Amino acid sequence: MSNLPLSAQLINLFAAVLLLLAFAMLAQRRVLTLINLFAAQGFALACSTAIVAYATHQPHLYGSSVLTLLLKVFVLPWLLHRLINQLDVRWEFETLINVPTTMIIGIVLVVFAFNLAVPISQLASTVTRSTLGIAMASVLLAFLMMITRRKAIPQVIGFLAMENGLFFAATSATYGMPMVVELGIALDVLVGMLILGVFFFQIREQFDSLDLKHLEKLKEGE
Amino acid sequence: MTAASFVSQLLQLAIALLLAPLLLGWVNQCRAWLQNKSAPSLLLPYRTIRKLFHKDAVVAENASPIFRITPYIVFSAMALAAAIVPSLATDLPFAVAADAIALVGLFALARVFIALAAMDLGTAFGSMGARREMFVGFLAEPALLMVLFTASLISGSTLLPTIVETLAHREIAIYPSLAFAGVAFTMVSLAENARIPVDNPATHLELTMIHEAMLLEYSARHLALIEWASALKLFNYSCIGLALFFPYGIAGASEDWLAILVATPVLIGKLVIGGFSLALIETLSAKMRIFRAPEFLGTAFLLAVLGMLVNLLLGS
Repeated sequence: MSNLPLSAQLINLFAAVLLLLAFAMLAQRRVLTLINLFAAQGFALACSTAIVAYATHQPHLYGSSVLTLLLKVFVLPWLLHRLINQLDVRWEFETLINVPTTMIIGIVLVVFAFNLAVPISQLASTVTRSTLGIAMASVLLAFLMMITRRKAIPQVIGFLAMENGLFFAATSATYGMPMVVELGIALDVLVGMLILGVFFFQIREQFDSLDLKHLEKLKEGE
Repeated sequence: MTAASFVSQLLQLAIALLLAPLLLGWVNQCRAWLQNKSAPSLLLPYRTIRKLFHKDAVVAENASPIFRITPYIVFSAMALAAAIVPSLATDLPFAVAADAIALVGLFALARVFIALAAMDLGTAFGSMGARREMFVGFLAEPALLMVLFTASLISGSTLLPTIVETLAHREIAIYPSLAFAGVAFTMVSLAENARIPVDNPATHLELTMIHEAMLLEYSARHLALIEWASALKLFNYSCIGLALFFPYGIAGASEDWLAILVATPVLIGKLVIGGFSLALIETLSAKMRIFRAPEFLGTAFLLAVLGMLVNLLLGS
C-alpha cells in the first residue's frame, strides 16, 4: 500500500522488526545473545515511538522515547550483564518445549493476535492502528517465552520483553499514556529488575541453582 | 515477442553460463581473504572445469543410465532456470514458460535426479549424501515457496518478471514483509547451495559432507557439468534474491537497448557485493550439526510465514 505516508511506513517497518526480534528471542538459547536482542528490541521501540511523536506532533512522546532508549537499551541490559557476571551464569539453557515446537506455537499466537486486532484496528483512527496486532503478538510471544523457559534470568527477560510489547500497544492504540504514568511504569520496571536481581542471589543461595522448578515445592524436601 | 527480447534472453543466458564460475571464484577468494589465507585464483573454477572436460570419464560397471544422464539433466535444469530468472531484463520469451512455483519445481527435479544418481551405485557415502540432501531439501523448499508467495502477494502474480516489474517500478515504499522474506530467503539459499551453516562446500571429510558426498563417484565431463551446474545454482539463487529484494537496474519491458547494456554492469556490481556478503556470512558462522538443520530451516519457514502474515495485516 504505497499511499501511506513515509512515517506510517517506517512505523510499520519498526513494528515488523519488533516482531522479528520477539521471535529471535523465543528461539535463542544463549543468555548473552538474549540480552543483546532485548536491547535491540528496546532500540526499535524507542525509534518507532520517536517517529510516532514526529508524525503526530505529540511532544510528550519524545520524552517517553528518550526514556525507553535510556532504560531499555542502556540501563536494563547493563544491569542484566552485571547480574550474569556476578552470578556466573553464561550457560546455554534448555527450554521446556523444543525450539521448533515453540516457534510453531508462536506462529499460532501471531495469527490469533492478528485476527483479534483486525476489528479493533478498523474502529481506530490513529496512524499506527495497523500495528496493534503486532503489539499484541509481541506481548503473547514474550508470555510464551516466560512459560517455556526454566531458568530465572530468561524468565525475567521475557517479563521485560512483555513490558516492551505493552508499551508498544499503548503507543499504537492511543499515542501513549500520560507522562506521569509512563514515568511510573519505567520506575516500576527498574525497581522490579533490581528486586528480581536480589531474588536471584537469594534463590541461588537457597537451592544452588537458578532453576525455578525448585520453587514449585512447598516444603523443603527431606 | 520481438527481436530485442530474444537478444536479451540470449545475452542473459550467456552471461549466466559464463559468469557463474566467476561468482563461485569470487566467493572463494573473499572467503580466503577474510580467513587470512592466501586466496586461490579468481579463475580457478574455470580451470577446474576445463581440466575435467579434458579427462576421460570413468563410470562404474553397475551404473544405470540414470547415473549417466543425471549430469546433463541437472545442468540443463539449472541453465533453464538461469533463462527464466530475470537478472538482466524482464522482457524474456522464456520467462512466461514457468512461474515462480514451476521454478522451485525445476530445482526439485535437479535435486531428485542427483539424489537418485548418488544412490544408484549403492555406495555408502552416496546414499548417505542423498538422504541428507533430500532431508535438507524437503525443509528448504516450503520456505522458498513461502518467500516467493510473499512477493507474489505484493505484486499479484507468481510470474517472476511481473514481480520484478511491480517491485522495481512502484512508488518508493517500505515493505516490512519483504524484510522477513529477505532473511528467510538468505537462510534458504545458504542451505540450498550447500553453504556453511548447513554444509561445508570445501570439506573433504566424508562424514560431514552433504552435497560433495553425492558427487564422489563422478569424474571428468560428468563432474565438470555438475560443478558448473552448482555454480549456476548459486548464480540463480543470487539472481532470484536480487530480483526480489533489489530489483533496481533490471531493464523493464518498455525499455530499450541502452537499459539492457546498463543492466549488465549493475548486475555484476550487485553480484560482487552479494558474493562478498555470502563469504562474510560463511566466515562468521560455524557449521551446524546436521540435526540442527531442521531448526535452522524451520526458522526460515516461520519467518517467511510471518512475512506473509505481516503482509496481510499491514497491507504492505
